[in-house]
Amino acid sequence: MKLSEIIMLTKGILLTKKPTENCEISGAMGADLMSDVLASIKPEAALLTGLCNPQVVRTATIADIRAIVFVRGKYPDPDTVLLANEENIPLVITDLGLFEACGILYQAGLPSFELKSQEDSLL
Amino acid sequence: MKQYEISDEVAESITRVEELAYELRIHEVMTQDVFCVEPDMQMGKVLDIYQKERFSGTPVTHEGKLIGILSLEDLIRALRDNNLDASVGEYMTSPVTSVREQDPVIEALKTFSRTKYGRLTVLDNDKNLVGIITKGDVSNGLLSALERDYHAEELIRYRASHLFEDIVSGRTSLILRYDIRKGDFIHGGNASSKIKRALLRLGASPQIARRCGIAIYEAEMNLIIHTTHGGTLRVEIEPHKITMEAYDDGPGIEDVALAMKAGYSTATHEIREMGFGAGMGLVNIKRCVDEMRLISTKDRGTNLYMIIYLNNTNEQNQDS
Repeated sequence: MKLSEIIMLTKGILLTKKPTENCEISGAMGADLMSDVLASIKPEAALLTGLCNPQVVRTATIADIRAIVFVRGKYPDPDTVLLANEENIPLVITDLGLFEACGILYQAGLPSFELKSQEDSLL
Repeated sequence: MKQYEISDEVAESITRVEELAYELRIHEVMTQDVFCVEPDMQMGKVLDIYQKERFSGTPVTHEGKLIGILSLEDLIRALRDNNLDASVGEYMTSPVTSVREQDPVIEALKTFSRTKYGRLTVLDNDKNLVGIITKGDVSNGLLSALERDYHAEELIRYRASHLFEDIVSGRTSLILRYDIRKGDFIHGGNASSKIKRALLRLGASPQIARRCGIAIYEAEMNLIIHTTHGGTLRVEIEPHKITMEAYDDGPGIEDVALAMKAGYSTATHEIREMGFGAGMGLVNIKRCVDEMRLISTKDRGTNLYMIIYLNNTNEQNQDS
């Protein structure tokens, strides 16, 4: 699914500068704990989260996350946007809640990229 | 480029072109020092000039002021009318559609598709004519920018990936060190991002770089969250293995076995609010590396060793 489609479906707004029309997102995960994200997200996913600090962007670069969607109308710290522009990670904000945003994207065909914690196929 | 199929790299460079259309400014790709014609010049004279200079269009200026634009098509119209004695003023297009030199190239592309014109005049902030831009200028500009990009990263990668071949010794290794400050959440992960990038440049596979990145990131956050004064990350890269170390001078871990348990954490509420302290850090690290050793003495400090072996079959932690 293209990022532009994700933005449309979640009625989101893109905060970062780079054009993202062709950014391809293969799946998604919703979480607020970055260690959980590092432990269980597959590459090329979008991360839906309520956490707004720069660590989200760091986590994205380390875990090969393609885009971040901030839920519940939360607005990320200026430092977070700055870092995202630097690291080329698109940031999207949406007024939808985490549950609703995930549900809409899942229903539209975006698969879950969240692995079970026991699975030894972390990477 | 050996093959012509669309590889991931090529697909990536397609989006890079789009990015460049926003990054590059019009003045970087336009043609400067444009040849201009006066409105009272005869179309026959223009024909001579276009033929000789292989122009396909020129701005029309009068006393230094831009008043119109003349294209090959206008010339063809004059030829068809058998009216080469007519003046440029009669056949030129006016008013002129212009773009600003400081605008990104995408603005020119938008204007091209909106107006169907083949060339646009470029003005500076004071509305002076400074150049002309065609779709060809845009393609050439984007291509050479792409080439610059590609060569810059290629060069870094080439130099880095040949490091171990170019320098011969009994045992060559590259050591990276980063000092991590206690409580520096803003820069948390900075060192890990640099380490991951360095590994990719040295030719590590994306899977290896990701495993190292996650392990060292968790270790970096541990130094920021749990130490007394911060600590140091040390990464030793050798052709056959990557050894990562995180060490500090306190406070030390009271019960190492307990610290290794998934879900156990001594992190405060504030740290949990920041998305960490779920008690998954060490567990995550263990899953990412081939070997892990945690040595800690209460009130003395902690040493965490993480080793990933390269070029072997020990890459069990892989996904699809």
